[in-house]
Amino acid sequence: MADGMRAETITIAGHGGDEIEAYLAQPLDGDAQPGVVVLHHMPGYDRASKEIVRTFAVDGYAALMPNLHHRYAPGAKATDAAAAARAAGGVPDEQCLGDAQGAIDVLRARPQANGKVGVIGYCSGGRQTFLVACALDVDAAVDCYGGGVDPTLAPRLRCPLLGLFGADDQRPSPDDVAALAKALDESGKSFDFHTYEGAGHSFFSVDRPSYRLEAAKDGWKQIWAFFGRHLKGA
Amino acid sequence: MCTHVTASARVAGSGYRGDDWFPVDRAVVYFDHPQDAPLDHALCVDVWGGSERVAIELDGASARRLAETILATLESSAPEDPGRRR
Repeated sequence: MADGMRAETITIAGHGGDEIEAYLAQPLDGDAQPGVVVLHHMPGYDRASKEIVRTFAVDGYAALMPNLHHRYAPGAKATDAAAAARAAGGVPDEQCLGDAQGAIDVLRARPQANGKVGVIGYCSGGRQTFLVACALDVDAAVDCYGGGVDPTLAPRLRCPLLGLFGADDQRPSPDDVAALAKALDESGKSFDFHTYEGAGHSFFSVDRPSYRLEAAKDGWKQIWAFFGRHLKGA
Repeated sequence: MCTHVTASARVAGSGYRGDDWFPVDRAVVYFDHPQDAPLDHALCVDVWGGSERVAIELDGASARRLAETILATLESSAPEDPGRRR
């Protein structure tokens, strides 16, 4: 498989029609490309998150990451926009959903699209991923250690869910993960949770001390299998 | 852990951005993932004036030392400060 790509910041219509920036990485070759919406972590639309977007393009996905902090400091560095969003009280869930819908629409409208779109998010983006999976039309969702997920939303889950967590994390704690799994199970939802021993929050972050090689390696393996099954039909 | 917990305080004074000073009016404080410090979590302070800010990210022990040092300095050197502890 060719692994060439084009990666760049584009402008998309987000919540309420607002123009926001988004980072798009798309394979140069091949048709029937599935899409992946990437929801960044609390530190924002940063270099490490853009690397994740490009990683999906290497594997044949068109990946798009809306900058959820764009409105708070248009044109500013990711670090300043993240601080501005926090100072303003954080990103409202409704606004996040609108931005995610904008990204989904862009991915599905691509001529090379196969019509399937998944969503993945890390940290705060993990929680937002669960919200997207409960509210919007997506085909698969991956929650990477999202804290503060509301288990009462479980009956609304609209697609298969993969969850990747660290046993040493405090938010979400193993008890939080168990409560969510119980709620999903009782609602008859399709989900697959993996909790890694020796790992805490942000174990995928290669540029942070929280990085855990074994957890991250297996986590990526789970992601490729899950998205491959639900988005590529592999 | 991703705390989302954010506290803020009104402040008055000036901040320095490397090439000039600017007036500041609000400090935002949180213990969460830092942008740059090589830590899982950091005590972060953003002191804002309009859209400009002065930012620091410190490990928890450093932040406590700084906070204690600030309070001790105010207690000993600024007796006329209206915010002084009684």
